[in-house]
This record gives sequence, structure tokens and C-alpha cells, in this order.
Amino acid sequence: MPSLMSDASAVPTNRVNDFVIKFANVNGTGSASANSLIMKAIFRMGVPVTGKNYFPSNIQGLPTWYEIRVTRNAYAARASHVDIMVAMNAETYSKDVRELKSGGYLIYDSTWPRSSILQRGDITVIPVPLAKLVNENFEGVRNRILLKNIAYAGVLAALLDVDLQVISGLLSESYGKKPKLLDSNTKALSLGYDYVKEHMDSPLPLRVEHMDGTRGHIMIDGNTAAGLGCVFAGATVGAWYPITPSTSLMDAFKGFCERYRVDAATGEHNFAVLQAEDELAAVGMVIGASWNGARAFTPTSGPGISLMNEFVGLAYYSEVPCVIFDVQRVGPSTGMPTRTQQGDILICAYASHGDTRHVLLFPANPEECFYMAAQAFDLAERLQTPVFVLSDLDIGMNDWMCPDLKWDDAYKPDRGKVLSKEELDGLDKFYRYLDRDDDAIPYRTLPGVNPKGAYFTRGSGHNQYGGYTEDSAEYQVVLDRLKRKFSTAAKIVPKPVVVGKGNCSFGIVSVGSCDGAIREALDVLKQQKIEVDYLRVKAFPFGSEVEAFLKSHASIFVVEQNRDAQLKSLITLETAVEKSKLFSILSYSGLPISAQPIVDEIRAKLAETPRLTAVKS
Amino acid sequence: MSYINKPKVAHPSLPTNELGLTRRQYEGSMSTLCAGCGHDSVTAAIVEACWGLSLRPEQLVKLSGIGCSSKTTAYFVSGSHGFNSVHGRMPSIASGANAANRSLTYVGVSGDGDSLSIGVGQLTHAIRRNVNMLYLIENNGVYGLTKGQFSASADIGSKAKRGEINSSPPIDPVLLALTLGATFVARSFSGDKAQLVPLIQAGMRHNGFALIDVLSPCVTFNDHEGSTKSYTFTREHYQPVVETDFVPHAAEIAVEYGAGESIPVSLHDGSRVVLRKLDPTYDPSDRTAAYSYIERKLKQNEYVTGLIHIDETDSTEFHNLNQTSKTPLNRIPFEKLTPGAAALEKLMGRYR
Repeated sequence: MPSLMSDASAVPTNRVNDFVIKFANVNGTGSASANSLIMKAIFRMGVPVTGKNYFPSNIQGLPTWYEIRVTRNAYAARASHVDIMVAMNAETYSKDVRELKSGGYLIYDSTWPRSSILQRGDITVIPVPLAKLVNENFEGVRNRILLKNIAYAGVLAALLDVDLQVISGLLSESYGKKPKLLDSNTKALSLGYDYVKEHMDSPLPLRVEHMDGTRGHIMIDGNTAAGLGCVFAGATVGAWYPITPSTSLMDAFKGFCERYRVDAATGEHNFAVLQAEDELAAVGMVIGASWNGARAFTPTSGPGISLMNEFVGLAYYSEVPCVIFDVQRVGPSTGMPTRTQQGDILICAYASHGDTRHVLLFPANPEECFYMAAQAFDLAERLQTPVFVLSDLDIGMNDWMCPDLKWDDAYKPDRGKVLSKEELDGLDKFYRYLDRDDDAIPYRTLPGVNPKGAYFTRGSGHNQYGGYTEDSAEYQVVLDRLKRKFSTAAKIVPKPVVVGKGNCSFGIVSVGSCDGAIREALDVLKQQKIEVDYLRVKAFPFGSEVEAFLKSHASIFVVEQNRDAQLKSLITLETAVEKSKLFSILSYSGLPISAQPIVDEIRAKLAETPRLTAVKS
Repeated sequence: MSYINKPKVAHPSLPTNELGLTRRQYEGSMSTLCAGCGHDSVTAAIVEACWGLSLRPEQLVKLSGIGCSSKTTAYFVSGSHGFNSVHGRMPSIASGANAANRSLTYVGVSGDGDSLSIGVGQLTHAIRRNVNMLYLIENNGVYGLTKGQFSASADIGSKAKRGEINSSPPIDPVLLALTLGATFVARSFSGDKAQLVPLIQAGMRHNGFALIDVLSPCVTFNDHEGSTKSYTFTREHYQPVVETDFVPHAAEIAVEYGAGESIPVSLHDGSRVVLRKLDPTYDPSDRTAAYSYIERKLKQNEYVTGLIHIDETDSTEFHNLNQTSKTPLNRIPFEKLTPGAAALEKLMGRYR
């Protein structure tokens, strides 16, 4: 029996529950189910995992990769190395082999010889004749393609010591009602598993062991969590135009509505999903429905945001609530639709022509997508303005380990200042845009309630009474109040998260899905005796906490995932911070940010200015 | 231009409707359009139609885009909410508003620029979605606020005020609506209130998308010799093919029509429209035949008017297809909408 450790001298021995597997597959071959089978099995063994899907904008045929990080420290970010490569795509073999870390393992389908590209001496090659095993045991082209994936899952189970009972349990859950499929999947799993047990030493030094690191946690993607959040928050109208990577948000909303919002007795739907002709119409529908008193939302991505700009200005100026989920992808233009970026910060902050500023919420993970859905509706209705929830592809479409989502039954939606029929009866006269409470938020009315509440909503110049105007002074009264309303917003949006002692010279300011990489970087830096404070903004407008953090740190790294330092620009424009204090750490490759470049850049800066390393006295 | 409220003083002897309201109480603010504008006649017809239906003002929702026609929603029924949105995008606002509350009466007023150029996409999809609303196009073949450019409904050979001849083929909203499967398609003329009022009433009561193309001459930019949308040209080439009477719910049909001449159609709320064919060969229930007829007549420079097509089977109306609750979505209490903590806890099992 050949030893797999013979030429793997560089492998550290303490890699239990801490390594990265990458699967190189062909899109459309059903590999996703095998990859998530392995990931979920490890998760059920109590070992924290994260999954990142690097997929093409394609239905079938192009290369696709899936990466599972087994992380006993529960780091949420992508690791910037690969320990085990499951190379199942001949087209990308050479690239995949190159990507493997020295001392790593390459699993490949040895049914066909690949000697010419297997030139690296610093890795261990694990040949498994997967196609041969599957072809000898199963009939049908499609069936063989699908089951080959399950066979390599069996190979990994043996090599990594994944609990077979856990895998069997998962297969039963998936195929319990389809005994034929359960049989073939179980058999394919055994083919791979048994081959390893017969032909090589196992498990590898990189392996999994049961631990207690996932109790009270789930694996969920951000779009599912956001869609679920909309259902719990009482949204009744969803309008959308399909666009990657936001599509699964509406799929989730619809799916949950079919489960929770169909009247058992009558079959009536307590929701409406409108698939619009384009994003312009989608946001128009949201504005129409919100104006009429429903909680309404639209999920989209960058190109959709570009199209929605005109309507967003209308909603801002005529003060109609609306909730827009922007699951950001790589721009500009069509860009790379299946890669991640945080490139829409500025366009959302100032969407539409004229003087406009919008409330933004920045979830960092699926858990926050769920809770921020309700917050977004509360803020939109309280402030009578558009609210953007800026997720991204990494959060929206990848599987993250999160604490169980919880709902507080005491939650009451904040529907804002909407006058009832009785309140209108008691009024002498209703004026739409008067600041009666000195918080710059006017009262609104809904159609169909009371003729005394009737008013004319318009995007053209209007005075505080709701009438048309071209009078400069009257126009400015409304515009100035809208500015004051944004100050009200700054007081009620979610506060930033601050990590650290608070008195370090260096600070990090970041946003959204950078969070996992930054927290990991902070751990690495701490081991090197470097302490840095960290603030993550959860909303725009920035509140006083952000101002205070910027003021109290001598140098600040602004970490974000775009080329042009959009968060840094927004901070520069919207706070009193001195621009020269801010240093950008940028990642805009389209892959989720990892910890290593953050560590490297901070160390480099510290080397440049050693006096700044000390904690202030 | 300013915002002028009309005085609401009315002579005590003015007739009142079932709600005890006079026509004056269905008016809006003062029109700021040019004197003699066809649109003001349409506004008057809408006022008359709403008064005649005894519609509660707050039950009406007025929607529009941008343009001269879109301004008119401010000029009728001041007791109802109005939404003057952005250019060509009113149908999406209407779709969303209607989704949120199916119990109100939605009237959209648009123009040929707003509907057939910048907004043709939204119009077509609102028809396809079969949103329950009345959609009026005040069609004058010209852009008024930007001073006289041809619109997409301008006929080939029509002459602009400055002498330019239009050479691009027009988009006819009636043919467009028929092609898209609209269930209520009519054409009328702003100068024919007797025809327009019952059409508006029937369109408001139709369960689904009702389109009325109203030829509404622009006195300032398109009422000269050589224009095919002038008052003179329209009057000369105007051909009513179906006369329409609207019979409110529970009212008796006062006049007996001879068999074969009249076609009573029951509307969703129990009211009826009675169609009288002026051309015995015309069949308003046959979409394909209607299309051919209109197209043939257009080639002869004839504007066929009246209720051109009606299909009162309500199978494709948005809420019917969606199975939306009878209670408007915006009135369902939150407790019925949120699944609650226990349901969420149970759901978490799916993600372990």
C-alpha cells in the first residue's frame, strides 16, 4: 500500500479541522450537490466551515470552482491558499495544479493518464480512477456524470475521515422518498470510499475530527436570509427583474410566502410577486405599492441600480418609502456577473440627479441580511425615503455559518407617520410636507381612507403644503427639510460595530463582507503583538460613533472591495475626518477578500512608520 | 405657472348623485393647459363619469406620467389621491399600487409621448399583466411642453406647425392593445362627450386593463391645416362604429333594443354596457376581426371610435391569476403576515 505521506514533508501535522479543499468542476455537471454534501457533513460533525462558490456566468460547460474552508476558529473569510485540490476539470488542470499550496494534495481522475501536467514534486498526487469505477457500476451518461461527483465525495470522506454515518444521514434526507436515487448515491459514495481504503493510507494528516463548534448555528446564504427577513417583516409586495446575483432573494421570498402566506382555508395569497419587464418597472412597482401602504421591496444588482436611478430620485423627493436590496457584483457595466465586489456604495449613496442622499444598510453576513430586512422597512417607513440594503454576491450566494436566526414575537413594525381616518377627521386641514414634529419627517396619508387626506404626489417642484410650485423660497423650504431629515436618519440607523481597546493609534474602518477577513487579520496581527482597533459601519448616514472613531485614531485603514476606495470617498465627503489620515486597503479581483493582504499591508505601513505602533498612553 | 384652487361654491339647485355630491365636488384645481385644449374636455368627461357613478372620491386613485396630459390628474376629483410620477413610467406605479390595494379604482391619464415613446414598454407590460385600471391616452400626435415635435402617434404625411412632414409610421395604441390581448379597448374623441363618458364609466368598472385612446387635439401645436390630429381633420374622419351605453348596477335598462342590434355585456360589479353596432358587419367581441377592421379603416384615414373590443371573462386579471386575498394586501394585519418565532425555530432545522 503506497504511503501518501512519502513526498509530503512540508505538511504540518496539526492540521486537524483547519484546511482548505477546492473542487475544480465543469459547470452543469451536478457537482454542487456533492460539494455541499461534504461541507454539510463536516458542519454536522461540529466543525465550522465556510463555502465559496466561484462559478461562471454560464449554464453548462465552463469551469467552476467550489472552495470549502474547514476552520476550527470559525473564520468566515476565504483563505488565500488551497490544501487539497479535487481536480475534476481537464480544461483547468494545469491552473488548478499550480494553485495548490506546497505540501498539498491533488486528487484527480486517473481513468485517463495526465502525466504531462503532473510535474510538481512538492505535492502529493492521489490518483483515483473515478470514471472507470462509475462506468463499471452505473448505466446512462447523465447518471454517470452525476454519480462521479458522489464518488469523489466518498474519496474525500475516506481521506479526511468524515463520519460516514453523517453522510448517510444527509443522503437519506435528500433522497429518502426516492429509494432508487438513495441506493445509487450510497453505492457511488462507497465506490470512492472503498477505493481509498483499499489502495492507500488514510486518513491524511489534514483531516476532520468531531468537535463542538457549530451548536446553535446554521449554514445559510444571505439571499435566503434576506428573503426570509422580508416575510417576517411583513412585506407583501415584491417586484423584481431577474439579475444575478440577486435572483435567489426573490426565489426565497416567494418560496417562504408559499409556505407561510397562503391561507389554508381559501388558498388566497397574502402576498404578490410581480416579475417586472425591467428594473425601472420593478422599482416603480415598489414605489406604487409602498405609496399605497404595503411593505414592498425589490432585489437587484448594479446594472439594475443604474436603471432605477430616476425613480429613486422621485421616491426621495416625493418621500415614498421603498426598500431596495442591492446584491453587488463586479462592475462596471455587465462586468463579471458571478463575482463579488462592493462597487455600488457611491451610486447608491447619491442615486439620481439633483441633490439626493440615501440611507444605506450594510449587512456583513446572512444573519445581518435577515435582521436588516426588518430594519430596512422600519427605516424606510419611518423616514419616508428609499433605503438600500447593500449586500454582495459573497454574502448573498455563498453558504455561511451563522448563529440560528431568531424572531422576537414582540416586534411591531414601525409604519411611520401615517394618519388614520379618525386622525384626519380631527384635523382642520391636511398638508403633506409640513414639519409638524420638528424632526423633518412629515405626515402621510394613504389612498382610500379619507378624502380629507387626499394630496397630489409629484416629482415636480412642490411646497410644504403639497402644492405645485416654481417659487424659489417655497422650493427651498422643502429641500432644506429633506436635508434635515437626513440628520434625523443619522440618529436612528444601526450603529457601527467597534472591536478593540479603542485607544490604539491605528484603526481599521470597513464595511459589509470584509468583516470576516478583518477579524481574522486582527487575530494574526495580535499574535504578532500588533493591536489595531476596528470599526465596521453598518449604515449611512454615518452617526456620531463613526465621527468619534475617526477622530480618536491617528491613522486609519479603510478596507473595502472596490478599486476606487468608495467607502473612503464617502467618509471623506460626509465626515470631518482629515483625508491624509486615511489609507486604503483594496481588493477588487472579484474574489472575496481574504485576511492575508490586510495583514501584509498593515505590517508594511507599520514598518514605514514604527512610531505609530505603540498604544497611546 | 401656478397652482390655483377652484372655489368650491356651488349653486344649491345643482343636481346631486347618490352620495349627495354635485359635479363641482368632483372637480380638481384649475387647469393650466392652453385655452381650447382637448385634454380639458377629457377632464370634464372624467368628472361627469365619476359623478355619474357616484364614486366616493377617496376610492379613486389618479396616476400619470409627464406631459400636458399627465398634468390633468390634478384637474379632477380633488378628494382623491394623485400620483404624478416620472415620464413613461406610470404603469409600473399603477401596477404596484394596485397590487397593494385591489379595492380602489385606478385611473391613469397619459399622452402619446408618455405612452407610445418613452413609456411604450411599461404600457405594453401593464396590458400583458392585465392590471385592473382605466388607462386613458390623450392622443394629439405632438409633444406640447417641448413645443411641437412629432410623437410616435403622428401619421405619415402629417405636417408639423413649422412645416416639417412626418415620414415615420405611427404606433396606433388601439392596434397595439388588441395585439397584446387587452380585454377592453376603445377609441374616442375629446369633442364627443356623449360617447366618452359611458366609455370612461365602463372602463372604470371593467375588471382588467381598459384602454381608451382619446383623440385630443393640441390647439397650440397641432391644430393647423395639414395635421391629421386637428379638430377639423378628426371631425371629418371620425367614424363611430359602436355606440355604448353604461348602465349602472341595479338600474333598469330603460330602452329596449331590437334583437341583433344591441349587445348587453355584464361587468364584474353587476353594471352593464350595452353596445349598439352602427356597422352591422362589426363584431366587438372578436379581437381578430376588430383588428382587421380598424387597420383597414385606418388605411382609409378613418378613425373608428367606440368600444372596439371587450372581453369580460376575468380569468387573466392580475389578482385573479395571483389568487391575491380579497382583503387588500395593505390591510392585512401584521400578525397574519409574520410567521412568528416558533415557525422560525422550526425552520432552522432545514439549515443544519
